[in-house]
Amino acid sequence: MKISINGKKVEAKQGETVLQVAKRSGVDVPHLCSLDWAPSPAASCRLCVVEADGSSRLLTSCTLEAADGLAVQTHTPRVLKARRAIMELLVASHPQDCLSCVRGGHCELSTLAADLGVRKARYVGAVKHHPVDISSPALWRDPDKCVLCGRCVTVCHDVQGVGAIDFTGRGFKTRVAPGFSPGLNVSECVFCGQCARVCPTGAIVERDQVDDVVAALADPDAVVVAQVAPAVPATLMEGHSKSEGVRVMLERLAAALKRVGFDAVFDTGFAADLTIVEEASELLDRVRNGGVLPMFTSCSPAWVNYVETHRPDLIPHLSTCKSPQQMAGALIREIYPKRTDLDGRRLVVVSVMPCTAKKFEAQDLDGVDHVLTTRELDHLWGRFGVDFGTCTEQAPPDPPFAETTGAGRLFAGSGGVMEAAVRTAHLLVAGSELEGDPKVAEARGREGVRRFTVTAGEAELNLAVVNGLGRLTETLDELLDPQTSLHFVEVMSCPGGCVGGGGQPYDTDVQAVKERLERLYEVDRRSRTRRAHENAGVQALYEDLLGRPLSEASHRLLHRTYTDRRPHSVQV
Amino acid sequence: MAAGADAIIAEREGELTREQMIPLLQEIQAAEGFLSAEAMITVADALETPVSRVYGVATFYNQFRFAPVGEHVIEVCRGTACHVKQSLALAQHLERRLHLRDDGNSADGRYTVVRVACLGACSIAPVIKLDGAFYGHLTTEKLDALLDELEADGDAAKPDAFPSAARAPEEQRDEAA
Ligand code: SF4
Ligand code: SF4
Ligand code: SF4
Ligand code: FES
Repeated sequence: MKISINGKKVEAKQGETVLQVAKRSGVDVPHLCSLDWAPSPAASCRLCVVEADGSSRLLTSCTLEAADGLAVQTHTPRVLKARRAIMELLVASHPQDCLSCVRGGHCELSTLAADLGVRKARYVGAVKHHPVDISSPALWRDPDKCVLCGRCVTVCHDVQGVGAIDFTGRGFKTRVAPGFSPGLNVSECVFCGQCARVCPTGAIVERDQVDDVVAALADPDAVVVAQVAPAVPATLMEGHSKSEGVRVMLERLAAALKRVGFDAVFDTGFAADLTIVEEASELLDRVRNGGVLPMFTSCSPAWVNYVETHRPDLIPHLSTCKSPQQMAGALIREIYPKRTDLDGRRLVVVSVMPCTAKKFEAQDLDGVDHVLTTRELDHLWGRFGVDFGTCTEQAPPDPPFAETTGAGRLFAGSGGVMEAAVRTAHLLVAGSELEGDPKVAEARGREGVRRFTVTAGEAELNLAVVNGLGRLTETLDELLDPQTSLHFVEVMSCPGGCVGGGGQPYDTDVQAVKERLERLYEVDRRSRTRRAHENAGVQALYEDLLGRPLSEASHRLLHRTYTDRRPHSVQV
Repeated sequence: MAAGADAIIAEREGELTREQMIPLLQEIQAAEGFLSAEAMITVADALETPVSRVYGVATFYNQFRFAPVGEHVIEVCRGTACHVKQSLALAQHLERRLHLRDDGNSADGRYTVVRVACLGACSIAPVIKLDGAFYGHLTTEKLDALLDELEADGDAAKPDAFPSAARAPEEQRDEAA
């Protein structure tokens, strides 16, 4: 099927919208209320209007389905005029404080306004006055900046299946809020941050911790160290030379962090390897000793929040392993001061994460002081005048948490924890390594739920990978059904895994997630060691400190407990 | 727990769909006088829909209120005739004197003030209805006298069920804006 966009014939697929076809063919039609990768029936912003042959009215391209022979014009004078008028009205009732807005310079709304040629305020509209919600340690909401596009609502309900926020009230008083409008901290929100990632304005943003980090760096008494999650270098490669691997990017990031004053930079991937050794051992222990099955992974804090706030009955199914961020935090505190002869009270641990829920987690558990998202890195560079693109120095991550196997790097993507776990579980169950290439193809892919069985020696392990919380809520009953007899389930809250996390760059889309996943597979393929238990640093850690997996020491440092945290609205 | 809501939902067990959210909320409000948080949570559970959605829908419609009606209900007419005769001043006076909250209830919960489009008594504008009785040709002084009398007299009439009292707090604020 072909349609014509501005006179050019373009191939279109059944069910595609004109907006999607246009984007694919390089024509960007402005749009606020729709998202490329989520259902959006609202068509409320009307910015995406186009002229179509045979229609005297302007039509919204986000709902206009491609039909063979359809001819549309996306940027005629009439269309441009209509779009600018819409934008002028939005701007008129928007607070005029771009200069002090956290989105300043990265704001989709102001970019759109500029693109559409809004140059002066022709209207003066009533500006809303709602309190800013700073109740949550992960996300802040400023409803005055909201343009009611509804993306966050779509994502929270239809993609994540949580439904913590919705349109509330009517008319001029309409706003997006949790049920009964209290703070996000007492709502059903799990802090996945997907809403913040898609918001075109500063109405929902990560809690900005850049100033905390800058203050720590400036404190002469503080020794500030960083840990960097594997998803971050895999993301920062965008816009950089393709030949550079993830490893090189990690080293460039480490060098830049040291330039702004960090005393040491560690690789959170190390803790991912450690997580696998502990988690695979825990799984085996449960299988052999009649523990609660299926066991669910616990490395995605928004998923842990989901269990604690929505389904505390599932707590026994959660692995007791801390997330890699928290394992790393605990170990850095335990080991680094001794190694460097430092008073532990002077140590400040900063994580660089693709995730907003990690901000909540860091506040909930001990070990990590501040969490910066991938997006906040840009602000950190801004404070110190670092042009990261041109910083080519490299610094290897610091011992003792410098090493990561291919398995640990896979953690950043959906299926990665499972794949890494299978590699190690095989050894634990069968007493021998997976033969040949340890790639576990069944764990990879982007479908919502992937179920498969792995044979290790005599034993069969029934496994499932759940890609995104939305798919989890749909399939939970089935996963728990004893008939399904699953042993182990990986759940990542964000679609695609951490590479699509809530703290990731605003332009993260399906394509970007796909490319980041491919980079992870590539770095795994090229790694010298590809099994978590082969990590020499991890082995040394067991020798020197932990003894063996699930030992008393590892329980003290690497495992955790969970709490029933149902908010009022779930409890009644 | 919202007893009324529970009963109403139990009655329809097994035949509930999300399309029934509004009739369900209406029925609960009719039984309980307002929509409590508990009632909305019960509805959300029964319809297997997020609480935020039930709250969002309920706050969209004027007909729902979210706090129990006070002992005394005052309806202030904001129709055209009353508007011309300064009924806004009456409404604002009540707001100040009774320390009205966003939902139209006084701080002590004894009074509920609602603004209505027209009470149909334009000949005696500006007019209010206090516990079902009309009071016309009002000024802020006369209004004060009326309230003073009400406060002195513990035996004031009990409020009837006012259909026009069933309004969402949002709308009242809209008009105040
Ligand atoms: S969200 Fe609003 S205030 Fe912030 S930069 Fe964008 S347009 Fe400016
Ligand atoms: S953080 Fe996640 S759960 Fe919370 S409101 Fe945003 S999308 Fe919903
Ligand atoms: S908070 Fe952001 S994403 Fe949500 S409706 Fe408002 S502007 Fe849109
Ligand atoms: S994107 Fe089409 S109407 Fe908003």
